[in-house]
Amino acid sequence: MAAAASVAAPAASSTTALLASQRARAVGLAAALAVLLGCVLASLAIGSLTIPVGEVIAALTAFDNSDAHVIVTELRVPRTEIGLLVGAALGAAGALMQGVTRNPLADPGILGINAGAAFAVVLAIYVLGVSTTATYAAFALLGAGMSAVALYALGASGRDGATPIKVALAGAVLTALLVSLTSAVLIFDTRTLDEFRFWIVGSIAGRDSAVVLSVAPFIVAGLLVALLAGRWLNALALGDDVARSLGQRVGRVRAASALGFVLLSGGAVAAAGPIAFVGLTVPHVARTLVGADYRWIVPYSIVLGAILLLASDVLGRVVARPGELEVGIVTAVLGAPFFIWLVRRRRLAEL
Amino acid sequence: MRWRTFSLRVDVRVLVVLTTLAFATLVVFTLSVARGEFPIAPVDVLATLVGAGDHATNFIVLDLRLPRALTAVLAGGALGIAGAIFQDLARNPLVAPDVIGITSGASLAAITVIVFGDANGGLSVPLAALGGALVAGVVLYALAWRGGVQGYRLVLVGIGVAALLTAGINYVLTRGQVYEIAQAYVWLVGSLNGRGWEQVWPLTATLALLLPAGLVLGRQLEVLQLGDDVARALGVRVERARLALLAVAIVLTGVAVSAAGPIAFVAFIAPHIARRASATVSPSGVLPVAAASGALLVLGSDLAGRLLFAPTEIPVGIVTAIVAAPYFLYLLRRANRLGITG
Repeated sequence: MAAAASVAAPAASSTTALLASQRARAVGLAAALAVLLGCVLASLAIGSLTIPVGEVIAALTAFDNSDAHVIVTELRVPRTEIGLLVGAALGAAGALMQGVTRNPLADPGILGINAGAAFAVVLAIYVLGVSTTATYAAFALLGAGMSAVALYALGASGRDGATPIKVALAGAVLTALLVSLTSAVLIFDTRTLDEFRFWIVGSIAGRDSAVVLSVAPFIVAGLLVALLAGRWLNALALGDDVARSLGQRVGRVRAASALGFVLLSGGAVAAAGPIAFVGLTVPHVARTLVGADYRWIVPYSIVLGAILLLASDVLGRVVARPGELEVGIVTAVLGAPFFIWLVRRRRLAEL
Repeated sequence: MRWRTFSLRVDVRVLVVLTTLAFATLVVFTLSVARGEFPIAPVDVLATLVGAGDHATNFIVLDLRLPRALTAVLAGGALGIAGAIFQDLARNPLVAPDVIGITSGASLAAITVIVFGDANGGLSVPLAALGGALVAGVVLYALAWRGGVQGYRLVLVGIGVAALLTAGINYVLTRGQVYEIAQAYVWLVGSLNGRGWEQVWPLTATLALLLPAGLVLGRQLEVLQLGDDVARALGVRVERARLALLAVAIVLTGVAVSAAGPIAFVAFIAPHIARRASATVSPSGVLPVAAASGALLVLGSDLAGRLLFAPTEIPVGIVTAIVAAPYFLYLLRRANRLGITG
């Protein structure tokens, strides 16, 4: 489709950015990190039992086995760690894949990674009857990995390899196929549906430190790839031919970025279930702030993703007391109006 | 000059593809009315259609299978054409009514009625779905409007709207009773089971109005693809044309979804199949072929879903992707030879 190619045209004008100078961007990133620290403290302190920040710090430094200290170390620390990891991973994954496919819609949701994870989880519930968060995580990771391999095989088929448009289309088709298969199970087995509907929402509650330890290596490795990929993505944004003439090995760059994407989105969906909104929108927010330079978009996406996820999770604990709203619902309710406002407000830096 | 010869060649190919699709649809349609748990010979089908059937065939053909097959054709056609308009307007091949929130609006309204309301009274769910789609469409347009609606902003605002509505859907699904959730889930997948004439008539009326409108506007869409400035220079009122096209696509989606549920994949895939099968990206060629492929896809998938595991019926929304995905991936592999990269 010729019209599609025009979406991919690079518009690398950093003049549309809110933070135009390098210095402003560095200060902005530092400010974002400070906000993130605030979110971490809030996530440790706020919940069905509110614990003062002083007590939180005491629990971490001078543990005395009191109820408050146990709540902090046993429940809230793992939950906050998961929130940090998942938010950062989703932000980075979205930035990576939007850069590689040069499509503003690319994210773990639309490219089939979440659908693969969901299908694996449904099969695990239906066939094996598993129903613990840790086993869900293992199967989600497996499914995400397998659908990533399928995505790459499908997207790279044909003569000219994995072009952005083919990867994007193959991902969308793969998603539809996997969603169909998932639905086929859910339609005929109400018990599976009853389990699955709570996983699909996306939540970081009730995860223990074993889950943290099992997904952290994937996500940390993926974050490193994402941070390294900034320069490559800048070259890719100019189009394959220009990137090649600048000395980039386009195929390798894409493969490396894709690997990073899989590690990040697989780890995230394993830990928290499919949270769709963060990966899709956070890179656009980053782009509005810093322009089209991926060396800045990636770190901003990481920090902003973590902020959005933790803030949403804390809010979800407060609004529905004594119950909780799942973080996957709150991210959208909190993030979508802000995102729409931001998109309306400025002339956009296109991909 | 060369451009003109090119356009002529494309038109012939479009005609060939359209004729093939129409013929295939006719065959599948006949099968769809004749086959099922109670097979009827084609002769008896014809006899029933002209009013010479017995009581049993009258009931099965006229009350069950005919309206169901017609709903499939009409909803599929509407989704195909709507998908093509959305993709061309947004200039993004991944855009479908569910990506930008139109179907999500319909779904949220419909399952809210199913889970929390009294869904037994016939038309409340389809009406809720139609209303949800239209409200989502109006909200999308209002939010994306800023001295005009630009494709890129439309997509991004659409993502935001869709995310919000999907969160609502997930919320409803976690809060309801499991029995109602199962019912809601069947609706969310998209099914033609039990569709009768009350679905056919609104679809027919809408399509009779909007199909010609869509095809006429397709010419403007063609000019819009050249960019707003060129389109303006060529005398197109850009904003008005875009509003009209969006309205047509949104209403088509709403009516189709209200009749058959959100068979989302059809709106995404039919335009791609059309572009590749007819080797053109020009909207005036793509729109009719997309409508025809959408119709055939939904009709064929529904038939397959009814027959394959009979007496268990697979909802059409599950079958469409399983049928169309391999074919599309084959087209994707072949793409380079045709010189169409998208």
